[in-house]
Amino acid sequence: MGIIQRLTSLFIVIFGVLLLTFLLIHLVPGDPVDVMLGESANMADRAALRADLGLNQPLIQQFGHYVAKLMQGDFGQSIHTQTPIVELIKARYPATVKLALLSLLIGIVIGVPLGVFAALKAGHWQDFVVTIVSVRLSAMPAFWLGPVLMLIFAVWLGWLPVSGMDTGTSIILPAITLGFGLSAILTRMTRTSLLEVLNDDYIRTARAKGLSERTVILRHALRAALLPIITIVGLQMGSLLAGTVITETIFSWDGIGRLLVESIEKRDYPVTQACVLIVALSYVLVNLLTDILYRLADPRVRHA
Amino acid sequence: MKFLSYSILALWLIAVLAKNLLQLDANTIDLNVILQAPTMQHWFGADDLGRDIFARVLSGVEVSLWVALVVTAVTMAIGVFVGLLAGFYGGRVDAILMQITDIFLAFPGILLAIAFAAVLGPGLGNLMIALCLTGWVSYARLTRGQTLSLRHRQHVIAAESLGAGVPRLLFRHILPLLASILVVEATYSLASVMIAEASLSFLGLGIQAPDASWGAMLRDAVRYMLIAPHYVLIVGGCLMSLILAINLGGDYLRDALDVRKPD
Repeated sequence: MGIIQRLTSLFIVIFGVLLLTFLLIHLVPGDPVDVMLGESANMADRAALRADLGLNQPLIQQFGHYVAKLMQGDFGQSIHTQTPIVELIKARYPATVKLALLSLLIGIVIGVPLGVFAALKAGHWQDFVVTIVSVRLSAMPAFWLGPVLMLIFAVWLGWLPVSGMDTGTSIILPAITLGFGLSAILTRMTRTSLLEVLNDDYIRTARAKGLSERTVILRHALRAALLPIITIVGLQMGSLLAGTVITETIFSWDGIGRLLVESIEKRDYPVTQACVLIVALSYVLVNLLTDILYRLADPRVRHA
Repeated sequence: MKFLSYSILALWLIAVLAKNLLQLDANTIDLNVILQAPTMQHWFGADDLGRDIFARVLSGVEVSLWVALVVTAVTMAIGVFVGLLAGFYGGRVDAILMQITDIFLAFPGILLAIAFAAVLGPGLGNLMIALCLTGWVSYARLTRGQTLSLRHRQHVIAAESLGAGVPRLLFRHILPLLASILVVEATYSLASVMIAEASLSFLGLGIQAPDASWGAMLRDAVRYMLIAPHYVLIVGGCLMSLILAINLGGDYLRDALDVRKPD
């Protein structure tokens, strides 16, 4: 796909994401104002909220207004605390990014070497064990892995804090919870991808030149095998971002995911809407970056 | 592996049947056994209200399987239909339909389902609607890719030149060739819907108290983890065993039907 097409499609996707998140609030059954303020709210408060949310305008005008305000960085106000939502997001977003990046790192550090190991031992029992374990680990949901890790390392062994984010070590358990699934997927991808290139002619040439096995694997094979892995890492950032919702809830990690859950519990729909939008846009951005990285890393894509 | 998968599935089916035969009540409260560890009376122990965890796990698995079946059926029907249309007509129809699926894919994982469930309000029905609204996308992509290539197979062109209409081409000549790949996909999706249901219930968006659901039980269990670790381990272990069995079953089906996942 050319750059122009890529950008057009990106533009349409962002427009669609805005439209879907905008429509969210209109999916609230009955009158959203009733749901947010409760039946007992007085008429003046209701009218004020209605006007504030722009609910008395035609839908298209509302959408235009919504997008225009977003462009100026105005996400509206929290119904619950009256604070501007931008402030809430600014306070919470860095924690989520920190958590996601560390999990990504954990995923790569565990996943890639294990994948290389499995590929080199292909067909042996070591390969079998690694593959079976990694296939199954990736299916382990955070709400199961998280509590188990918490039980072992925080409650029984007492090595790490149970939850919260008071000390520097608080991030370890949530990051492992998130990173584990990723590492399992990376193990599998690295294995497959490496096995594919290991039979290529240039690897045989490299070996025939008398290069050490180490150089052949690390400099020649892995470098080519890394391309599909970049894509997977990019795509998996998405599930990582979504996974933060549950992981942050379990470990009381004050990020966007937890903000989302809190807003749902308080029926603070504008905050819910903003959180969903921010996470989705982050994902779109990460995908774009992956695409660019991929083009930079692979001359074949660049010149295609 | 096949044996393991079948035996776990069989065990769960027997357990669900046994629950109905034994008439275990998932909602009986016994304040004397609150958070008690497993005993002969309560095999899996008791929860924070003194209810039998075994009975609740069994009534949870019923809900979970039910949701998984309905959501998988609905999302598959929608997704296959969209995918067939996009792949068959190609051109502008394809471009528009795929652009719509791209928009849905821009929301990572179950985020969109969480958002839908949040605004629709808690409850099993709304949870299923939320999962259906978001789950069709993967089927649409899969079906579209397959249809694109099947569309130009000779038997389809032959049928077309004999005057077969579009519905006949789609449902008699293309869909049957997709059956095996869809069956495999559906098996995996049973497992992922179960995880999604549990995730939403874990966040308080699914089935409401006092009805049992694995996600909601895990949510309670995490709260009491310090004093009653058996609760979280047992419920989570049950869920994992079922997911594992279904996924292994999917692997087996994939190999047996010789399906190679595209992309």
